[in-house]
Amino acid sequence: MKLNELTLRQSINGLKKGDFTSKELFEACLSRTKEVDLKVRAFLTTEEYEENTKSGESILGGVPMGVKAVLSTYDKPSSGSSRILDKYQPPFSATVVKKLTEAGAVVLGSTNADAFAFGASTENSGFGPSRNPWDTSRVPGGSSGGSAAAVAADECVFAVGTDTGGSIRQPASFCNVVGLKNTYGRCSRNGLMAMGSSFDTPGVLTKTAEDTALLLQIMAGQDPLDATSSPEPVPDYLRNLKAGVRGLRIGLPKEYFDEGVSKEVADAVKKASEVLLAQGAVVTEVSLPHTKYALAVYYVMVPSEISANMSRYTDIRFGGPRDIFESEVKRRIMIGTYALSAGYYDAYYLKAAKVRTLVINDFKTAFNQVDVLLTPTTPTTAFKIGEKVKDPLQMYLADVLTVPASVAGVPAISVPCGFDSAGLPIGLQLIGPHFREDLLLQAAYAYEQATEWHLRKPVL
Amino acid sequence: MRTWRRICVGATLVVARCVVMLTLEEVKKIARLANLNLSEEEIDLYAPQLSEVLEYVKVLNEPDTPDVLPTYQVTGLENVFRGDIVAPSLSQFEALRNASQTERGYFVTGRVNAGI
Repeated sequence: MKLNELTLRQSINGLKKGDFTSKELFEACLSRTKEVDLKVRAFLTTEEYEENTKSGESILGGVPMGVKAVLSTYDKPSSGSSRILDKYQPPFSATVVKKLTEAGAVVLGSTNADAFAFGASTENSGFGPSRNPWDTSRVPGGSSGGSAAAVAADECVFAVGTDTGGSIRQPASFCNVVGLKNTYGRCSRNGLMAMGSSFDTPGVLTKTAEDTALLLQIMAGQDPLDATSSPEPVPDYLRNLKAGVRGLRIGLPKEYFDEGVSKEVADAVKKASEVLLAQGAVVTEVSLPHTKYALAVYYVMVPSEISANMSRYTDIRFGGPRDIFESEVKRRIMIGTYALSAGYYDAYYLKAAKVRTLVINDFKTAFNQVDVLLTPTTPTTAFKIGEKVKDPLQMYLADVLTVPASVAGVPAISVPCGFDSAGLPIGLQLIGPHFREDLLLQAAYAYEQATEWHLRKPVL
Repeated sequence: MRTWRRICVGATLVVARCVVMLTLEEVKKIARLANLNLSEEEIDLYAPQLSEVLEYVKVLNEPDTPDVLPTYQVTGLENVFRGDIVAPSLSQFEALRNASQTERGYFVTGRVNAGI
């Protein structure tokens, strides 16, 4: 196996045993990038190897990571994937990036995304879309599409991303990698270019559930620089990781399997529930009746929060003039400005906030009956580049299965669970109660042990 | 006070129930509020796209929410303070580094009351 094909766990073990050096691992990933990134376009910029003086004794030992462009990385290009921040070099690193580099990770480069994370395909990037390594005529998903593609193509060991309405989970599902959206407040938002401040969560895309557990352990925790980060203690995510799913109560919410979901996707997820059943889980059908309103809640509240957050781009302290914002950025700012304006605030923003409560209550009720929910991550597999970009509403509807967990702030993970007849990856989504990432990782790990989907690699 | 508020909410809901087709004038107004300079082509492009989205979100009128409290953020945290302790922050050099125009350690901006 080539060095760049290793998982995080394998990399850490190999580095510790002295099988190879951090520099050799980095160079292997960088040459892979040179080999395939002209086709995949996962990276906006890459770095030369820089020894991380913390690597020696550290947990991560010098493993190379990609960092999504919307996460500030000290002194390195962090453009938000937007032309407006093309020349921006942050004077600080995002807390989660800082935690990872202090734990020994090395930045390989800045990964492409939809501009400011507004999108589900990377087609809204100011620098052109990334491509799905499984079929380069298709999108890798978004907004963390560059991060997902980079990991799927073995260009780096893991990549940092953000998830506001599905932006880690959906590209993970399209690219056959693992993507966790943690509980809102579990990881600090400091240094994330703010999109929807009550929805944004930073996270990682990895090759396995164990890799995610290792990284979550490092990134999680309250941060004095983020007043919305939670004081909830960080558990040991590795403790019960391999405990299996015997007795775990899994709910299949019927609203996530309706006619909008492709048959191949629904079948793959139902088969996955049988795998978990065979391992001792208890599977039942549940209902979350307000699921159909979650997308509307999201597309009122998030653009509203966006319109406030984007007002900081004034061409004074940083960035260029506002007219060079990408189209999708302008669209969302305007939707939000309208929804918050005098005469419309009550009908749109306030009403959405009330329906948000109903969506949250649906999850509370469901988690009284079951421990986790199992759903498809996306209604279809990866769509073609250009297919949805001219129809913003069609693009928004692709988020319909990931958005509810974001609205409620609960954790959710996407794990590879099969391929469709065109050879495109399918992902299953596990959703859990607040701060129960440990349960999600435990179930994901058990599923991986019984299957081999996550081991398959694209041919590039 | 509550009755007055209910009437206003009712009125805006009635407005929202009509088909939302933003006029070019309305799009221009929103763009002005958002401090976005849009070209004529952009206004023509965005008006139907925004209208379509706003029409879709009217589905929020379906569930009845007379006694439901809004959720603006899911953590339930309130009034998170820090101690009044001085700590290092950005240096002036770092803070000015990305500015398009600086002068003698200041950010340069347009005149605030230009045109008045």
